[in-house]
Amino acid sequence: MIQIRGLTKIYNGVPVLNGIDLDIEKGERIAIIGPSGTGKSTLLRCINFLETPEKGEYILDGKSIDVQKANAAQIKEMRLRTAFIFQNYALFANKTARENIAEGLITVRGEPKEAAFERSDEILRDIGMADKANAYPASLSGGQQQRVGIGRAMASDAELMLVDEPTSALDPEWVDEVLQLLTRVAQAHQTMLIVTHEMAFAKEIADRVLFMEGGRIVEQGPPEKIFTSPDDPRTRSFLRKVL
Amino acid sequence: MHALNLDYMLGLVPVLLKYLPLTLGMASLSMILALILASLFAIIRVVRFPVLDAATRLFISFFRGTPLLVQLFLFYYGLPQLFSFLTAIDGVTAAIIGLTLHFSAYMAESIRAAILGVDRSQWEAAKSIGMSTSQMMRRIILPQASRVAAPTLINYFIDLIKSTSLAFTLGVTELMGAAQKEAAGSFLYFETFIVVAVIYWAVVESLAFIQIRIEKQLSKAVSR
Repeated sequence: MIQIRGLTKIYNGVPVLNGIDLDIEKGERIAIIGPSGTGKSTLLRCINFLETPEKGEYILDGKSIDVQKANAAQIKEMRLRTAFIFQNYALFANKTARENIAEGLITVRGEPKEAAFERSDEILRDIGMADKANAYPASLSGGQQQRVGIGRAMASDAELMLVDEPTSALDPEWVDEVLQLLTRVAQAHQTMLIVTHEMAFAKEIADRVLFMEGGRIVEQGPPEKIFTSPDDPRTRSFLRKVL
Repeated sequence: MHALNLDYMLGLVPVLLKYLPLTLGMASLSMILALILASLFAIIRVVRFPVLDAATRLFISFFRGTPLLVQLFLFYYGLPQLFSFLTAIDGVTAAIIGLTLHFSAYMAESIRAAILGVDRSQWEAAKSIGMSTSQMMRRIILPQASRVAAPTLINYFIDLIKSTSLAFTLGVTELMGAAQKEAAGSFLYFETFIVVAVIYWAVVESLAFIQIRIEKQLSKAVSR
């Protein structure tokens, strides 16, 4: 569905992504694990063009996008095909939960307001937030905000969800409700790229686990293999620390 | 010292109030135009459009760096000498143009600061769902920035209302111009100018009521 070739991102002379190659198949759920500062989040941000990589190529349905030469239309296409779920939720502070979910449909996709709000209400019911439809983000708990953030991503019907450490900003009591919702979304065969520190969650929902270190994909494979008998000593050493 | 002529003062109030609509009209129109212009300037500065950014900085520097009265004289008396088609410009128009440009320079800087104060995550979320820069500004960033900028902008409006009094130097008979004429006829300068001062004061104080309501409205998204 989407292929990434030679993706390189450099911050102040230091390569954060070092020639990443990755093929993402439709319906695949990929978990990215690894120590902090190894470029996991940067990879997601580059795919959504929140960062402009120095080098590399995205191939969408056979069409190639050179990341350095991408024009506004290509950037918009990548953004419409992907939906970002942020670590800090990043709900629009001036919009209610209902408006947050409908905003992209109305403004970016040009859907009629009525249809967009109808879809938004449907999603709010689905994520168990119907009673908070008219609440502003400031009055919601972290867990509730992240659920709306996931709802916003669901509304976009994006082919690929980019999920960036969805629970690491949450108080422990809200982690479960968010992981449960994400698990449900994943089970509907939504293609997902998930950066997470929740190993049990990664094990449960991922079809494939990538271990990243130093801006490179060190090892990848099905969760049962990566979590029980990884080949690379760096993967073993990392998992010993976190499991 | 002579005793205050209270009858004169009371009689003067309705005479002067007839000129209040012109004062408020000039102030409101200038404020609306200045807000539009200032928002544009602020966006140009924040997005850093190449040539426009430099031009905007020069504009702001000039209009903040020179007195309003000098600017008004420049528009009304000076420019028509350079460009003959400007001789048709009347005092009210010249005052509105001058006030608009002068206050837009100040307000642009407040709006710019408020825009930059909007959390980075808001910009990223807007971009990530595919919004264009103008959609992001209109739908997400400016509404949030306006809450932060509102108190300062309302202060500028207060200043603007009072600054319309300078229009009388361009021959406009607004509140101050009318007072000047009344005083010249009656020789009761103190009575006249204290009445006009109280009228300005009352207008500004009633604005304070509106200010509270505007700020409450704008902050409904952040109150729990």
